[in-house]
Amino acid sequence: MKKLALSDEILLSIEKPARYIGNEVNMARKDTDSVDIRFGMCFPDVYEIGMSHLGMQILYDMFNRREDIYCERIFSPWTDLDKIMREKKIPLFALESQDPIKEFDFIGITIQYEMCYTNILQILDLGQIPLHACERQEGDPIIIGGGPCAYNPEPLADFFDMFYIGEGETVYFELMDRYKDNKKKGGSRREFLEMAAEIDGIYVPSFYDVLYHEDGTIKSMTPNNSHAKATVTKQLVVNMDDATYIEKPVVPFIKVTQDRVVLEIQRGCIRGCRFCQAGNVYRPMREHSLEYLKDYAYKLLKNTGHEEISLSSLSSSDYSELEGIVNFLIDEFKGKGVNVSLPSLRIDAFSLDVMSKVQDVRKSSLTFAPEAGSQRLRDVINKGLTEEIILKGAGEAFQGGWNRVKLYFMLGLPTETVEDMEGIAELSEKVAEIYYEIPKDQRNGKVQVIASSSFFVPKPFTPFQWARMNTKDEFLQKAYLVKDKFRTMLNQKSLKYNYHEADLTVLEGVLARGDRKISALIEEVYKNGALYDSWSEHFKNDVWLKAFETCGLDSDFYTVRERSLDEIFPWDFINAGVSKEFLKREWQNAIDEKVTPNCRMQCIGCGAKSFEGGVCYENQN
Amino acid sequence: MKIRIKFTKQGPVKFVGHLDIMRYFQKAMRRADIDIKYSEGFSPHQVMSFAAPLGVGLTSNGEYMDIEVHSMKDCDTIMKQLNDVMADGICVTECHCLNDDAKNAMSLVAAADYTVTFREGKAPADEKGFFEGLLTFKDQDHIMIVKKSKKGEREVDLKNLIYQLSVCDNKIFMKISSGSADNLKPELVMEAYDQWRGEASPEFAFCIQREEVYGNTGNEANPVLVPLGLIGESVE
Repeated sequence: MKKLALSDEILLSIEKPARYIGNEVNMARKDTDSVDIRFGMCFPDVYEIGMSHLGMQILYDMFNRREDIYCERIFSPWTDLDKIMREKKIPLFALESQDPIKEFDFIGITIQYEMCYTNILQILDLGQIPLHACERQEGDPIIIGGGPCAYNPEPLADFFDMFYIGEGETVYFELMDRYKDNKKKGGSRREFLEMAAEIDGIYVPSFYDVLYHEDGTIKSMTPNNSHAKATVTKQLVVNMDDATYIEKPVVPFIKVTQDRVVLEIQRGCIRGCRFCQAGNVYRPMREHSLEYLKDYAYKLLKNTGHEEISLSSLSSSDYSELEGIVNFLIDEFKGKGVNVSLPSLRIDAFSLDVMSKVQDVRKSSLTFAPEAGSQRLRDVINKGLTEEIILKGAGEAFQGGWNRVKLYFMLGLPTETVEDMEGIAELSEKVAEIYYEIPKDQRNGKVQVIASSSFFVPKPFTPFQWARMNTKDEFLQKAYLVKDKFRTMLNQKSLKYNYHEADLTVLEGVLARGDRKISALIEEVYKNGALYDSWSEHFKNDVWLKAFETCGLDSDFYTVRERSLDEIFPWDFINAGVSKEFLKREWQNAIDEKVTPNCRMQCIGCGAKSFEGGVCYENQN
Repeated sequence: MKIRIKFTKQGPVKFVGHLDIMRYFQKAMRRADIDIKYSEGFSPHQVMSFAAPLGVGLTSNGEYMDIEVHSMKDCDTIMKQLNDVMADGICVTECHCLNDDAKNAMSLVAAADYTVTFREGKAPADEKGFFEGLLTFKDQDHIMIVKKSKKGEREVDLKNLIYQLSVCDNKIFMKISSGSADNLKPELVMEAYDQWRGEASPEFAFCIQREEVYGNTGNEANPVLVPLGLIGESVE
């Protein structure tokens, strides 16, 4: 057994030492001397969060199938260990070999949410790797970023050698092969970056120059190296059943957030909600076959021993074999001590039936995501859910014995009016009223309607990428207005309203649509102690506010500024499938309150058809 | 059918806590296709119980758990099935079929063996003197320690709880009372010694390993300590 990177004394004086010891069931074990490439796969958050991420498990499995690559896992040390590692100058290590990550060839960092950016710097810093790509030498690892936030990589441009835009299953092996070739012939780091830049989907930020107008917007972004492409096209798996899936996921010793087998049933979404980045950048929607999923359900349960299995996708109700897979899981595994955990489904006869089979009706709740309080605003955001559907679904569920409903909304959506906001309270009230229409002797106590609102952040590659975001004060005013409206409702004692934190939302807005100038801000806050920003107990808003001043940056420029239709955005060099023309059309449709049909009803020419697969070619043989 | 399983906990997995070891074995039973019994109810759980929790940081050669199964081939097969799916450092070393009326391991626990060694670099300069003192400490008529709890301080006599305490090759061996009635932790014995000699050992000075867990087949006055694996075994 390999010696651990941390001493017993350290491990016994920190929280949850099992986060750092590796050795879990199904961990990849290889002789580090007999592999050509050592790849550190990093999720820049604590172990329990990172180990719950499906994408990382898929890529870990994929890399380790190759004998010449050893892929190991890297997570952020929690704040207690972080402090000790700094004091004792212990280099950050990967869990498998417990070796320092600075000895690796690659560190691949998955970037899942904006508020993990300071943790990325922590990984590099504790790893004793230069923070800036331009300072790295021949022996330093290549730092590569991927994941949803890589669709606007510019705020992180200074820290990464390259980004992988799109789904990881496609060109990683090509990238690895070029790395090996270059190493074999004694090529330099720069030569490898040039070889990499020629691969579709790989973006090397140092090979581009950005010029700005006087007002701070982008004048141009052009390659400064002949190997770099003017446009980087996102990568995607055309036929889902051809892609490798996990056979033997690592089984954590400690309880992680997602402590279960996860079956990905489809990628992408047909719905076209105008606020949703995932729904746009993962187009076109592609499904797995039922047979493929059945096969993996057996394998994964057998290889992990997990007691729960769940399905993962956007808008799971749109999966054409949904009834097939759900019934299969219940029939096959329910009697064997395995719980079937359902994704959020459209409430109808089928979903209520399966829900009553797998959940204790008295303890579970129904979830609706109307996102906006009025039909007008739901049309603006193209959310197909109507009040009629919600009330009908809730009514059927109440008849079936449910008495708890969760409703999710957003505040600060474009064109929002007071009526839209008050609609949140009114819709919640109507749901409660439906419940009380049931005769008293037939209902199950009081109803509980819990409405929550988050604040809207415009994201790149959505029709709302042009939208003005609200200020913190505007957000809070809106939340207070909704809260007051709730107090006037007849059934207010059955209603509950929660709203999210506003400070964090503003920063998320800055980072989401940020440009290269934001790199300095991230570095400044990190150096002043910001870390684990997505954890409210560690979030230090004052450090961020001060850093804007120090760096001479204005958060309003990134959030509340009105953007013109011809502005060049930092992420415009990426071809994410959906064309800018399509996004503009949809932005106009939003303002006109015009609903756009979903992909199965009618093709609306978003541009994703060019990938030659998925829903665009359904029923066309 | 009731089955008692003995396993080791060695190496890095010593940092995995008791509750997580329980979760670990629940998953292991499924991976190994053990035909384990589930409780009734809406969220059934496996019929499984552990003899005595082991503290984080301690290694062991003698952990016990009981399970109930619907069917099985034989004990050797169960051992093999489980060992094929174990994590490094956890190894099933014994498996016994129990009589249907056998008491569960947890209720039987009466004593346990531990070995205690100095962690690397933590041994005192006068190691010999340390061990000699320990034997003198053990031979007192009363072995008093001030125990601090939420209710305040109270003095306890450990004499009757320490069945054996010896030193061999710079390794301390102790057989001490364990279980729900009089649970004594090896750390507390070392702390009592520190209190007695008036000198504190450095933090994390000792590596502690549990070697065996016993039940008492005699009575309170004349205990007969038998390893849990040998109690209640059905003879076919």
